[in-house]
Amino acid sequence: MKKATVLTLTALALAASSAFAADPVIGLITKTDSNPFFVKMKEGAEAEGKKLGAKVLSGAGKMDGDNAGQITAMENMIAAGAKTILITPSDAKAIIPAIKKAQAQGVMVIALDSPTDPVSAVDALFATDNFKAGVLIGEYAKAALGGKKPVIATLDLFPGHPVGAQRHNGFLQGYGLKSLDAKSNDLAQPSEVVCMADSFGDAAKGQTGMENCLQKNPGINVVYTINEPAAAGAYKALKAAGKEKDVVIVSVDGGCAGIKDVGAGVITATSQQYPLKMASMGVAAGVEYAKTGKKVSGYTDTGVTLIAAKSMPGVDSKDVKTGTDLCWGNK
Amino acid sequence: MNTSTLKLPPIATLGPFIALLLACIFFATQSDRFLSPQNFSLILQQVMVVGVIAIGQTLIILTAGIDLSCGMVMALGGIVMTKFAADYGLSAPMAIACGIAATTLFGLLNGLLVTRIKLPPFIVTLGTLNIAFAITQLYSKSQTVTDIPEGMTFLGNTLKMGSTSIAYGVVLMLALYLVTWLWLRETAPGRHIYAVGNSPEATRLTGIPTDRVLLGVYVLAGVFYGIASLLSVARTGAGDPNAGQTENLDAITAVVLGGTSLFGGRGIILGTLVGAMIVGVFRNGLTLMGVSSVYQILVTGILVILAVATDQMSRKGVR
Repeated sequence: MKKATVLTLTALALAASSAFAADPVIGLITKTDSNPFFVKMKEGAEAEGKKLGAKVLSGAGKMDGDNAGQITAMENMIAAGAKTILITPSDAKAIIPAIKKAQAQGVMVIALDSPTDPVSAVDALFATDNFKAGVLIGEYAKAALGGKKPVIATLDLFPGHPVGAQRHNGFLQGYGLKSLDAKSNDLAQPSEVVCMADSFGDAAKGQTGMENCLQKNPGINVVYTINEPAAAGAYKALKAAGKEKDVVIVSVDGGCAGIKDVGAGVITATSQQYPLKMASMGVAAGVEYAKTGKKVSGYTDTGVTLIAAKSMPGVDSKDVKTGTDLCWGNK
Repeated sequence: MNTSTLKLPPIATLGPFIALLLACIFFATQSDRFLSPQNFSLILQQVMVVGVIAIGQTLIILTAGIDLSCGMVMALGGIVMTKFAADYGLSAPMAIACGIAATTLFGLLNGLLVTRIKLPPFIVTLGTLNIAFAITQLYSKSQTVTDIPEGMTFLGNTLKMGSTSIAYGVVLMLALYLVTWLWLRETAPGRHIYAVGNSPEATRLTGIPTDRVLLGVYVLAGVFYGIASLLSVARTGAGDPNAGQTENLDAITAVVLGGTSLFGGRGIILGTLVGAMIVGVFRNGLTLMGVSSVYQILVTGILVILAVATDQMSRKGVR
């Protein structure tokens, strides 16, 4: 046991990068380590840190929803000297007491990608306007379906998450259906939505959800999905049922795999967001805080673009090539 | 009953302590912030929830059982106590008692299924894991409870000891370990747990009611999970329906790393605390070094296999 431990420890020592004590330390905490969205965010933060001379520590929960894991990472980073914490909260509410504790120690906390509930619990939020992302694909889906009566399935995130609610409700509003406003954490269900399933943003769960929805109503002709993995899962289920040609599938994210799916006709349209920008802006704000003591505040929209293979009259969209140029993940 | 089997071979007892010591020495050379009392207080705070769950888990594993439901039962306890306080306006002590009662009931359910219907603990607790998870989600509507009375989070507060501040929850955890250690060592019921784990048949023939011992162990484990619920609520300041998902296996990991045999009958409870500390030290130390904490998961995996292999080999040696 001794020998192996020493070996492992030596390997870790080699893996550790040298740090300069004078550099400001910035901690980045993502929901998980594995999702390409967060991997890209981490890369963006590290690149910006190198450019501006800051040490970026990164950590994550073990899985989506692992609040305690995010708290532990935050404490450890503050112990390592971080004066700025960038976090994509897994649990919008449960993380707040830990954020307050950090702020009481003089740490600036910026939420990336997902807001806390309430939003004011953090110093600043750098994120996509998720409601707007939903509106864009809602408008597109309506145009793409033409005059047909919509029969909608929604593959949502999981209950209680603001991002899931904003995209869902934005989509319905964009489609011109009865919806809830951008502040609501509940999912609206007008009569046109015949089936709602939780996908957890996961392809396998998205597929199961879609299969069940088709059992409930085989006439579904519009599918809203929380993200592109869920959309890919939904497409699989639709294809197995021989319905993939007649259904409009819309999504949000703009990852390179997702944009490729738009090109291949798996996804009809998607709203692309920019994780790299969120992270680099966060690091820049952290460096500024370390140098001048000035905190950033409020909400900054990091932008969203509608990407579709076919343009629809009256809807402003960009083509797959533009989407590929701007996408995150492996091209 | 052979008394010599009650004693651990030196490697199983000392292994975890040596691993922890080596890890600490290594991290001390890598980061000047690691060895501070404040940092150790932080690590203890981070392992207190898993640490207390792992006491219950150790008792069950000593009887050659296993409890896969521990983390989910803990989450249920946390939701029950926070929601009872927030929704029904119960006082903090009453709500806490209700939460611990809920986890104790689950322990009782596990114990009854194991002793009365003679189902294997693995299957029983796999079932109750899902049941507890579903009840937690349904009852909380998957919503985090944040409106929590002051009296429920006091264990997360700290007391000053010199320049270091220690959480009350940590003090409670350490006290629970000490009491359980003495109880297992010095009292007849404590020794009976080891005996049941060693050889249930021989134990039964000596006139010890093995089923009653087993049932008691599962119920007691439920009480520990309830206390862990309270610590979890105190630590995060919220009733979190998604809590406990990593604690489930982390608790078993701590027990195994601490040198308790999965075959039952052998192990010391203080080893479990060391096992929990090893995981916490790696997570903390790697972050201080700026290395991805995924390496902590890698190291934990390697250490778990080493620990079980050591136990298996020493067991062969005994036979």
